[in-house]
Amino acid sequence: MQTAGGVSACLPIHSDMDLVWVRQHVRQAAAQLGFGLVEQTKLVTAASELARNTLVHGGGGQMECAPLEGRSPGLRLTFSDDGPGIADLDQALRDGYTSGDGLGMGLGGARRLVHDFSVDSRPGAGTTVTVAVWKSGAPRPREER
Amino acid sequence: MTGSFPVPHGGHVPVLKLGDVLLVTLQGDLHDGTAEQLQQDISQAVADHGVTGVVLDISGVEIVDSFLGRVLAEIAAKAGLLAAQTVVAGMRPAVAITLVELGLTLPGLRTALSTEDAMRLLSAEAEQAPQAAKGAQGAQTWVPRSGRTCRESP
Repeated sequence: MQTAGGVSACLPIHSDMDLVWVRQHVRQAAAQLGFGLVEQTKLVTAASELARNTLVHGGGGQMECAPLEGRSPGLRLTFSDDGPGIADLDQALRDGYTSGDGLGMGLGGARRLVHDFSVDSRPGAGTTVTVAVWKSGAPRPREER
Repeated sequence: MTGSFPVPHGGHVPVLKLGDVLLVTLQGDLHDGTAEQLQQDISQAVADHGVTGVVLDISGVEIVDSFLGRVLAEIAAKAGLLAAQTVVAGMRPAVAITLVELGLTLPGLRTALSTEDAMRLLSAEAEQAPQAAKGAQGAQTWVPRSGRTCRESP
């Protein structure tokens, strides 16, 4: 298993068991970089939302986890799938909007829990969501709210 | 950190009956399937045992995302339709902070800081409820305000 030790990993997302692995890996990586408990909890929650989107809406995909160099340690998570893509991104990011049976808090909620958030998606061409978080104390590179 | 984050095997979360209350202790990281199964198990147990309260102890849960948040709210709503009150006990501060930032404040979900507080809350209510019912009956019987009393008095 690539999750054993180390921060960098590429994990498949094809079942709810994989969601558990993604959460575990992200928590482990964040702890290893010295993230505080609240920071870890926020990041793992965001990763869980995004991984579930990849599974439910994207039909499965993968998460890449990589450390970020900088004045403070950080973590970049990239969730990608080859699913139908997101036609209206603004709508998808709005709270309460859902195309499935969720609460519609996933994408917008995850964006609030991380420091940097970007979505690359076109209808029919899959979706890639990239988030980055830095350990507290570092200036936030960009604030999207 | 790994040690405190056990991998559960997909399956059932135990549902214990303590008097008139069901006690359900969630631990570690739940599979989505396990959480869905738990909803059914609790509804069934409430109906089978006729309990008046459900305590969901989430002190061992490290994250609550929107899926698990929805499951908790739905368990409470379903138990409510089956005449049982639900209290979520022991949420970790980091989980509460994260839920609010996520935009999930779960209004309507009752909480207590510990399982003990939750049990106390439910038993206090169970004691009050029959008294309130008695009080209401007493009012009907004794207060000479209804038309029937007036007609009967002459």
